[in-house]
Amino acid sequence: MSGIARRDVLGGGGLVVLFALAGTGIAQEGGTSGGGEGTGAPPEVAPGLPGSLAEFPHLDAWIRIAPDGAATVFTGKAELGQGIGTALLQIAADELDLPLERVKLITADTGRTPDEGITSGSQSLQNSGTAIANAAANVRYLLAERAARLFGVAVDTLSTVNGFVRARDGRQASYGELAASLSLHVEARPDVRRKRVAARDHIGRDRPRRDIPPKLTGAAAYVHDMTMPGMLHARVIRGPAEGTRLTAPDFDAIARLPGIERVVRVGDFAAMLGPREWPLVQAMLAVGRMPWTRSEAPLPQGDLRDMIRALSTEPDVILMRDTVTLPSVRRVTARYDRPYLMHGAIGPSCAVALWQDGELTVWTHSQGVYPLRNALAELLDLPPERIRCIHREGAGCYGHNGADDVATDAALAARAVPGRPVKLMWTREQEHGWEPLGPAMVTELSAGVDANGRIAEWTHAVWSNTHSTRPSQAGDLLAGLEVGRGFAPSPPRAIPQPNGGGDRNAIPLYTLPRATITSMFVPQMPVRVSALRGLGAHMNVFAIESMIDELAAVAKSDPVEFRLRHLEDPRAIEVIRTLADRFGWARPKRERWRGQGFGFARYKNSGAYCAVAIEVRIEPETGATTVLRADAAVDAGETVSPDGLRNQIEGGIVQSISWTAHEEVRFDAARRTAFDWSSYPILRFDAVPLQMAVHVVDRPGQPFLGAGEASQGPAAAAFANAIARATGQRLRSMPLTAERVRLALAAR
Amino acid sequence: MIELTINGTRRRIEGDPAEPLLYVLRDNLRLHAAKFGCGLGQCGSCTVLVDGKPVQSCITPMAALAGREVMTVEGLGSANSPGSVQQAFIDEQAAQCGYCIPGMIARAEALLRADPRPSEAAMRAAMRPSLCRCGTHMRILRAVRRAAVAMGGGIVDPAEPVS
Repeated sequence: MSGIARRDVLGGGGLVVLFALAGTGIAQEGGTSGGGEGTGAPPEVAPGLPGSLAEFPHLDAWIRIAPDGAATVFTGKAELGQGIGTALLQIAADELDLPLERVKLITADTGRTPDEGITSGSQSLQNSGTAIANAAANVRYLLAERAARLFGVAVDTLSTVNGFVRARDGRQASYGELAASLSLHVEARPDVRRKRVAARDHIGRDRPRRDIPPKLTGAAAYVHDMTMPGMLHARVIRGPAEGTRLTAPDFDAIARLPGIERVVRVGDFAAMLGPREWPLVQAMLAVGRMPWTRSEAPLPQGDLRDMIRALSTEPDVILMRDTVTLPSVRRVTARYDRPYLMHGAIGPSCAVALWQDGELTVWTHSQGVYPLRNALAELLDLPPERIRCIHREGAGCYGHNGADDVATDAALAARAVPGRPVKLMWTREQEHGWEPLGPAMVTELSAGVDANGRIAEWTHAVWSNTHSTRPSQAGDLLAGLEVGRGFAPSPPRAIPQPNGGGDRNAIPLYTLPRATITSMFVPQMPVRVSALRGLGAHMNVFAIESMIDELAAVAKSDPVEFRLRHLEDPRAIEVIRTLADRFGWARPKRERWRGQGFGFARYKNSGAYCAVAIEVRIEPETGATTVLRADAAVDAGETVSPDGLRNQIEGGIVQSISWTAHEEVRFDAARRTAFDWSSYPILRFDAVPLQMAVHVVDRPGQPFLGAGEASQGPAAAAFANAIARATGQRLRSMPLTAERVRLALAAR
Repeated sequence: MIELTINGTRRRIEGDPAEPLLYVLRDNLRLHAAKFGCGLGQCGSCTVLVDGKPVQSCITPMAALAGREVMTVEGLGSANSPGSVQQAFIDEQAAQCGYCIPGMIARAEALLRADPRPSEAAMRAAMRPSLCRCGTHMRILRAVRRAAVAMGGGIVDPAEPVS
């Protein structure tokens, strides 16, 4: 009898699954935690186990069963608005055979959860989801084994349903009573099979996200909303932007302002505290009038991309291939680049800290509570075990923004007022002024096609600063450089392949007989930068997929057909074919100033496959681009939440269009000049696509593939390619603004 | 002292008449739906209804609110009993981080009260003052279309069908 048939017999939505051990090891492979952005990750102690079980093999690190049979699941990953808080529960409930409402999730908390490094790199389902799935399968197996001894029967005659283990004769025992006499402090076995795909109830189905109703009705859903008895509000006092400092701040004058309870100073670090926010907001106006100066070397004038291109590099050839082929008959050489970009969280960074009895607790929207704790321990001269960092949601971050810095600011302020919680929030101007930016990047590509219309040769070099300055020590935190204790930032490092930083996705998935791909890592960092969603993939995929279209044009081939001609991976081919078919690629509406563009990549060449097709209409007089349609197809392996996956892909497309078409951080000699939403405009509702559809290619039973960053690159390229189709003009320098389109048309 | 109505309750608020409504809502009344985003009236995270119209509470001083009716998203419904617009946002799972969404809901509520059958372009124009950084725009628009139908109206020329 199949699992489905059994379920039908029992009714009630419960699952009945017999136990069997796998003949060989399971399953899903993990990867480098956080996509290579973190440092100091815990070592693999059980390399045969899947996902983060390799670092934390004990089952009770992941799952505990209460006497009433309810389960608590622990993850070192954080809910950032990407929906993992519900997706991980779906996985656990399925593998445990418990109703969804009887499973709760505890997320990133140094006091309670495993150290899974940074929640980044689209790794949460791959690492944590895989660990939880296999830990849950192990727990369910142990419960059944316990029941088998109790009933005096063989374990493979037992089944589970809705929190009970049942024998064929009808006897049953609840998870709660079985767990009471069972230690889960045992290592996971690699040979416990996960449920068959057909027996799963939640994985692959849409379950409403648990976090959404509270967020929509005013619950205290964010760290910004926390209130605690005796809590003080706080603001930090520093210069207007990264690379500046106040010259002679009059702290006594600030302290005398109404509603300011005290000013905390540690070296050059300063914060003001008070019981209510409004007096602090007014006092910040006084801070804004204080004289300041640039504390770093002056910024060069002109486009800072050219400065990045000119600085000294540490070249690393990441792919060298030299197969004998036909010679090129047509060549294209081009530079593609992007400016500095901003994360631009809608809510400024915020944290709550409480110093009590020589211990520090910090509630933070940091993506890495453990690395933050370690950096704070150095800064505050405390053993790490006396600091607890607990993740609480903030506004979406899209990478390393001010979260860790503001948590440090709050911690320093709280240390001065033991026993009183301190909530410190940055101002909008501080968020824009101080967040580490997404790096400016330059790529230079040269490629040729042979007489048969196949790519014969390909070179790609990418100039970039590091893509992660996430904190691993005190000097990586803004306040760490202000306290006057000689802390220095970690030396900038290139994230190595296969994840890559600036060179993320610089190696195309296409068949290239001759290729040289070089990461031109630029160690010197004139502007503070760090991880922005997708890292180098946004730039590299933009460049590769633009070049592919340029080559298709000289080969007189259809861009989609040209891509398929150079692909061997059947999943890549299926994603592209699915999208081309659903989008109606082969039957474009022929109209002047209207064009379609295509973009494809497999994120990190190891995550989700994603293709994006965009249709635009151009207004030639102004260069304004209307996105008529933006569709995508995605293969993220086994899909846990189809709607959650679509939400991520849709969001990535819209955000990428904003980056690619509208955004650029500008500078004068002293500082960045983007300090609010008028000096750094982003996409608004009047410019979002008129229509969008995301087609999910599900792969039940296959490993999870990270998808949270998969559409950034393909969307950027599809947008550029659509403009090229519509106008005949190829724009290679982001942002692809209306003004640039207009100038390109005027220059024809 | 300012007298006004907040979510149907008469309130007397002591304090600085120049203080923006947002801080009174969040700090005095523990109403957390309206969010601080910029303090400059640029992003819409703090949007609430004042006499049925969308207002950015971060730049609206209490002095301007004497005798007026303020409605925050808490006044539209609760997690157990959401209002029509909230329910539409839940049905469409129209949130990622969700930080901007209470402001979006307030703005959509104001739009549909004023015009139960707006055009697609009018809907997008009405939502324009509110920023979303997660790129949830398509879902937010779907939720507004759905809410319009649920409230007895509809979008005259929807670019995308209500799912």
